[in-house]
Amino acid sequence: MNLPGPRTQIRNARVDAETFRARAIAGFLIIVLCLSALVSRYVFLQMYRGDEFTQTSDKQRISVRSVAPSRGLVYDRNGVLLADNVAAFRLEVVPEAVHGGSKRLEKLLVELSDVIAISDDDIERFKNARAKKKAFESVPLRLKLTEDEIARFSVNRWRFPGVEVVPYLTRSYPFGTLFAHAIGYVSRIDLKELERLDPNEYAGTTHIGKTGVERWYESELHGAPGSETVEVNVDGRVVRTLDRVPPTPGKNLYLSIDARLQRAAEEALGARLGAVVAIDPRNGEVLAMVSEPGFDGNLFVNGIGKTDYTTLTQDPRKPLLNRAIAGGFIPGSTIKPYIAAAGLELGVRTPSDTVVSTGEYHIPGLARGYRDDFAAGRVDLKLALAWSVNTYFYSLAYEMGIDRLSGFLAKFGFGAKTGIDIAGEGVGVLPSAEWLRATRNESWYAGYTVNAGFGQGFWVVTPIQLAHALSIVAAKGANRPPHLLRATQSGIGARVETASLPLPGPTVGSHPNTWKAIEEGMWLAVNGPPPSTVSGLGKDFPYAIAGKTGTAERFSRFDETWTFIATSSADRHQVLFECFTPAEDPRIAVVVALEAGKSGASDAAPIARKVLDAWLKYDDDAPLPRVAEMAR
Amino acid sequence: MMFAFDHLGLRLRLLARRWLHAPALDWPLTCALVLLACIGLANLYSAGGPETNVALNQGARFVLGAILMVLLSRVSPQTLRKWTPWLYAGSVLLLLVVAVLGEGRGAHRWLDLKVFRFQPSELSKLTMPMMAAWVLSRRELPPKFFSLVVVGALIAVPAALIAKQPDLGTALLVVASGMFVIFLAGMAWWRIGLVVAAAAAAAPVAWHFMHDYQKKRLFTFLDPAADRLGDGWHIMQSEIAVGSGGLWGKGWHHGTQSALEFLPEHTTDFAFAVFSEEWGLVGVVAVILLYIFIVGRGLMIAANARDTYSRLLAGSISMSFFVYVMVNGGMVSGILPVVGVPMPLISYGGTSVVALLAGFGMLMSIHNYRRSPH
Repeated sequence: MNLPGPRTQIRNARVDAETFRARAIAGFLIIVLCLSALVSRYVFLQMYRGDEFTQTSDKQRISVRSVAPSRGLVYDRNGVLLADNVAAFRLEVVPEAVHGGSKRLEKLLVELSDVIAISDDDIERFKNARAKKKAFESVPLRLKLTEDEIARFSVNRWRFPGVEVVPYLTRSYPFGTLFAHAIGYVSRIDLKELERLDPNEYAGTTHIGKTGVERWYESELHGAPGSETVEVNVDGRVVRTLDRVPPTPGKNLYLSIDARLQRAAEEALGARLGAVVAIDPRNGEVLAMVSEPGFDGNLFVNGIGKTDYTTLTQDPRKPLLNRAIAGGFIPGSTIKPYIAAAGLELGVRTPSDTVVSTGEYHIPGLARGYRDDFAAGRVDLKLALAWSVNTYFYSLAYEMGIDRLSGFLAKFGFGAKTGIDIAGEGVGVLPSAEWLRATRNESWYAGYTVNAGFGQGFWVVTPIQLAHALSIVAAKGANRPPHLLRATQSGIGARVETASLPLPGPTVGSHPNTWKAIEEGMWLAVNGPPPSTVSGLGKDFPYAIAGKTGTAERFSRFDETWTFIATSSADRHQVLFECFTPAEDPRIAVVVALEAGKSGASDAAPIARKVLDAWLKYDDDAPLPRVAEMAR
Repeated sequence: MMFAFDHLGLRLRLLARRWLHAPALDWPLTCALVLLACIGLANLYSAGGPETNVALNQGARFVLGAILMVLLSRVSPQTLRKWTPWLYAGSVLLLLVVAVLGEGRGAHRWLDLKVFRFQPSELSKLTMPMMAAWVLSRRELPPKFFSLVVVGALIAVPAALIAKQPDLGTALLVVASGMFVIFLAGMAWWRIGLVVAAAAAAAPVAWHFMHDYQKKRLFTFLDPAADRLGDGWHIMQSEIAVGSGGLWGKGWHHGTQSALEFLPEHTTDFAFAVFSEEWGLVGVVAVILLYIFIVGRGLMIAANARDTYSRLLAGSISMSFFVYVMVNGGMVSGILPVVGVPMPLISYGGTSVVALLAGFGMLMSIHNYRRSPH
């Protein structure tokens, strides 16, 4: 190689040093320029877009989670707990902690079902819930474990990593079937409700009131959720809590129902299909409301199994139907006091006006006869009510005309919801020419008016409607809509606050004599000698009872079915009984409605008497429960 | 290298005296490096989160690198120069060994020496400028065409071996360190222009030789949002970290992007993103100024070097330092694609720290043996 000698090196060195200096300066300038460009990028990111990136950074790390409030409790008028939140245990699975992925999880579910009963429903629900959660989040598998199951699981725990028994609060109805219809039940929020509900209010809440008081007072019972501002890492795992707003628990409700009276009514009703409603006519407070058959609301709380649900829905006795507010009954003669009130108030009759019953009534000029139970002869209003003389009311209705009749009876609330604070109320049918035209596009005949006069024909009432109308009669025209809520309390230990009464409806009638005449007739029905309809019912009862029976044709007489079951007269009728006591200053009004029976007097009235007997024991006019008694 | 055995004692005594009396390190440069190391450690202590050993390990490497730096500062440039061809040959040989039986995650980079593992490519970062300086200092300057071809070939061999590993970042640094030598040696500007133009023309060819994942990285760089959950995630989260730092930063230990693991590789490649998040623009500017100071001081040492070899070597080491900063800083802020180049003395990574400080050791040595001021 032709290497430069030492001399060249020395010469080169001087030139090199100068070239180098120039190049070093040039290089340094280029470097400073490049790094300035780099810094300008940081200026752009940190100054110009700094706020935007700060927001992005916060958004991905800060998450606000709702903390579900605890549901309000429900008590009866004496502070007896009707709907409670109890600690229960459920089985939860953390998919991430089950090592070995989905296959292992499937196998684990199978192995687990050897230890704890897990239904297909449970597994389906588990899979749905799992799809919406992250792998490290716990997913409930089986709710409401029994003590046996917990014990069995504890022994086998080592076999199931990632599976845990976790405590939670669940709704419990200590009386089971007794309040199934009045209180209703809560159940898991379904998809339709999910769309309707405010996601902020219900975040973290799993259950919602589906029927009864639970549904009607959902917003009161629910409370307001709290929130937890948490910092999460990239996997969504909570790293720390930044802020916490505690939830506001739902309000505790005190109902006007007396659990003891409710129990008595249920026992009096026995296995018969029907309903009992007891109201305090002074204020519209519902004291008892039973619909038979009932069902166990607890079944629904933690997810009702398919078999249980099918059993309930397929049962021909329709246990899920709340007959007290949604059961349609033909009122029969129980409508007569209200027809009488219409006659008196409209000036069609006076109490002393009489009508002759020959056993059959004819519309003047028409051949068709309307049957009476017996030829009662000449009767005034009092006897007509006491003996339930159809002819009196046939002629009264006919003379009044359907428009005036239905116009006046609407004032008692027939054909409309009473507005009782339970979801699912029915409206029944208040017959009128207008109604017939609107629903069936038919014209009204005078014969329909006659039928309407004794509670047959198109009439349909619900027991609560009848009880409401009855309490108007008992309260001498004062219209207190029926309701269940008596008081509320924000949290255990807080002051019990009287709930505001529903606005009174328009007072019915303006003549005090009207109510007196009707009350006398109804008193005589219970206390007079036969043929008073329920003669002897008031025996040994300290107060005067006023009542009216109803025995309605379930089937048309011209119907084959009627002929078919005619022999079994015990099932031929829908039977009802309405009564209040003390007759002169009523404190309770009771309606009993049975879907099948021989007659109102023989089947419904004794049930009402049993309810009254029970009421006698419990009628202490309970004041609002005091806080001390409530301490649990 | 040959000396009489009985002179050993005397020689040792002389050596010891020289070590004790010789001017030690270049203090401005040393102070800047120590300051940078402290910033780096403090940042790693925060970025590592619960893994405090990250900062501790890095500290240990700093100590090791500092020892190496002090030792090298005592080795005269003449000695370095004498050993240059052998060191270069050795490093290329090691690269070949790695290519045959190296290990590493996905890429063959590491050589397991049982006692410690070591990346031969890091050695090349030092031997490359040494070799280029060695060749050019022996030839007429400014370099003629033939010299350039020779140096070009000497650059190409290790660069190709490293790129094949594949480690584009290091290959880039090795190429840059060689190129800086040529640049500083006075390569004609028109030739520089020609090389740049040729490089631009060769880009499509390079594209052809790139691995799929490297192509993907480029695409991702161009449009991070298209790969939101994959590689684009790195870029986006890094930009969020930098941007959310704002002017004053979130404060030491208050960065959320790394603590909550949104930012991947927050102790290594993206450590500077953590720094930017916690110290804001103010911190970024301060650190960049520190880097500029180090580069400038290195170039000054180079300008005062005793001979051409020392000059070129010192200049190249200084300018290479800038490449680290530019590439990593650009990657973290999303203006350059993601390649594995650490932020010097801030990113976690043992071999890189040791190699960097060794380079500064040579710079110190060149400073120690500089031209006498008169």
